[in-house]
Amino acid sequence: MQSNVSIAGRDVIQIADFDADQIRLILNTAVELKSVLKRSIKKLPSLRGKAIVNLFFEPSTRTRSSFELAGKYLGADVISINASTSSVVKGESVRDTLLTIEAMAVDAMIIRHKSEGVPQFAANVVKPIIINAGDGCHAHPSQALLDLLTIHQLKAPIDQMKGLKIAILGDILHSRVARSDMEAFKKFGADIHLAAPPTLLPRFVDPSVTVHATVEDAIKDADVVIVLRLQLERMQAGLIPSADEYSRYFGLDARRLKLAKPDALVMHPGPQNNGLEIAFDVNYCEQSAIRAQVNNGSVVRMALLLLTLSGDREVL
Amino acid sequence: MAKINHSLLIKNGRVVDPANGIDQISDVLIVDDHIAAVAPSIDFQAHETIDATGQIVVPGLIDMHVHFREPGQEYKEDFESGARAAAAGGFTTVATMPNTKPVVDNPYLVEAMIDRAAEVGLINIKIIGALTKGQQGEQLAELAQMDEVGAVAFSDDGHFVDSAKMFLNALDYLKPLDKIVICHEEETTLVKGGSMNESLNSARLGLKGRPAIAEDIAIARDCLLADYAGARVHFAHVSSARSVDIIRATKMRGVRVSAECTPQHLTLTDDIVDPSDATTKINPPLRTQEDCDALLAGLIDGTINCIVTDHSPHAIYEKELPYDQAPSGFPGLETSLAVLLTELVSTGRMTLVNLIEKMTWAPAELFGLDAGTLSVGSKADVAIFDPALEWTVDAKKFYSKAKFSPFDGKKLTGRVTHTICGGKLVYKL
Repeated sequence: MQSNVSIAGRDVIQIADFDADQIRLILNTAVELKSVLKRSIKKLPSLRGKAIVNLFFEPSTRTRSSFELAGKYLGADVISINASTSSVVKGESVRDTLLTIEAMAVDAMIIRHKSEGVPQFAANVVKPIIINAGDGCHAHPSQALLDLLTIHQLKAPIDQMKGLKIAILGDILHSRVARSDMEAFKKFGADIHLAAPPTLLPRFVDPSVTVHATVEDAIKDADVVIVLRLQLERMQAGLIPSADEYSRYFGLDARRLKLAKPDALVMHPGPQNNGLEIAFDVNYCEQSAIRAQVNNGSVVRMALLLLTLSGDREVL
Repeated sequence: MAKINHSLLIKNGRVVDPANGIDQISDVLIVDDHIAAVAPSIDFQAHETIDATGQIVVPGLIDMHVHFREPGQEYKEDFESGARAAAAGGFTTVATMPNTKPVVDNPYLVEAMIDRAAEVGLINIKIIGALTKGQQGEQLAELAQMDEVGAVAFSDDGHFVDSAKMFLNALDYLKPLDKIVICHEEETTLVKGGSMNESLNSARLGLKGRPAIAEDIAIARDCLLADYAGARVHFAHVSSARSVDIIRATKMRGVRVSAECTPQHLTLTDDIVDPSDATTKINPPLRTQEDCDALLAGLIDGTINCIVTDHSPHAIYEKELPYDQAPSGFPGLETSLAVLLTELVSTGRMTLVNLIEKMTWAPAELFGLDAGTLSVGSKADVAIFDPALEWTVDAKKFYSKAKFSPFDGKKLTGRVTHTICGGKLVYKL
């Protein structure tokens, strides 16, 4: 890798904003950071004196904790603002919230919002580094990077991902994870296959992606199977008839998983609905990389904060 | 001869008056509030003279679809700011949509708005009344009384009339009045929660779509109902290629439907949608190049009768809401003519005469307005523009209160230099 590759000072809004070298840099840095998480004293001084605000307009447990700990492991001061207990519910505009936090001299804001485009809006409006922790159905770049890292470490290094068959199952239409994953996997030449009830697929799909009517077709000989969470409100919206029917045709169980390659990785962005989109025994089977994903989430987020805020991985 | 209070001579401009088949270098003499003469060389000592050499002199433009937000949302726009924006765009007659707070759905409000228009003066502001009470689509508004006090047309713009029965009732009831119903055609359930065209772009951005099929089936239904009732139905801001086909086929069967389209739907596509900036959000949404091309073809072959702006001002802080929550629409009066001159006429895709007809005589004839021509004796509503003047749109300088536009920063060729309404100069560049 060229040593002049950098993402210092950059916002992290969507995967498309980064080239392959920059993604390699993020993943390599994340891998190096893994040793830090194994230490008994995990704190690094790299981001000492930096202030990071987790600004979550939408509830989140894992992503918020993951970013919060990532900042703290690197020595930054991190606070989390839950918009449901803040002035936002009193009618404050997003711009006012952003400017108020900026005025407190923060260095980075990690933003989640139920509406697409809000993190980019933040990047347009305020100076601190903006990291998108999920905006509506649009993007979730840190999730895509941790998924990429999981595949990179457990299945095939990213430079050998060309032709790797990755199946994504479930609610593609509403999934920012699926959108960001597809952007990331495409960048490294993976062969992407989707299966979902047609009501949970976009009507228009990137022609480089293959859409299947059945899970069986999509996961046949797959190297990686990613299962998406099914939100229960999809039934209320009339998109699918019942959890039972969904599970019967689109749930990943051990029988279906046998159609994939014997060593196929099973992934899920969490939280899982056991017995609905993923069978309990598949969730915890040997091929399941779901816990590895969570661990990778921590180091990927540390890498993003370190590389954007300090720009210097030598501090490791 | 009656005493002349004021006279204005426009010298040496290229006069384009489609209603009279005129396209030649001429002088135009205005005496008081009417056109007194149009001739190659008028020798008259006027009180005031405008040298229009190199410029184009046309009837004052007409826009049958604006939102001036009075009453109730004057923070977005009011008759005064709206009229100034119109004058700056060369418009001398506009018609305001009734989706205000409260909705203009009764004769008292129509009268009040007509009085308000007279008070502002500047240009002619016509009032469109609501079709149903509160635009709720459930009960007829007092259509006959609104007609009697001067409503120019009726519309539930902003809303599709969900109930076919309610819409048919309105068409039947209006038949003796011979008034046009202007329809916002997007089937409600198909666009609920949607904020951009449904396409590969919406799939990529994760924004919920407002598919073209929602417009197509609404227009198809109302073409059939217009035929069944024998009524006059006008389709607002048509945006989809298939809708153009449906309207064309319906017109060929002799049904009295008509249609309008906007500069934005003719020239912009959903490729410019950026979810961090709701400026581009409108209903119906910006669609594809194929749709733009079909609209232009429809405009040229007469399927689409006229051009409107759908001038839809909002406060900046409202348009700064997230894309899915921001209100739809943007101001269009101050960019309309220049955008169309630049994108359609300069590129040779449409003739100047055809464009001017679609912005003057065509809507005047359709809606029975006393406007849209330079015929001797008609009201002296005139726009003069320099077809070669290059300028860059700066939304901050709009007369409209809504200082944003998807055309902001765009270089355009052609700009209005003078607008004259009722013989008075109401705008000068």
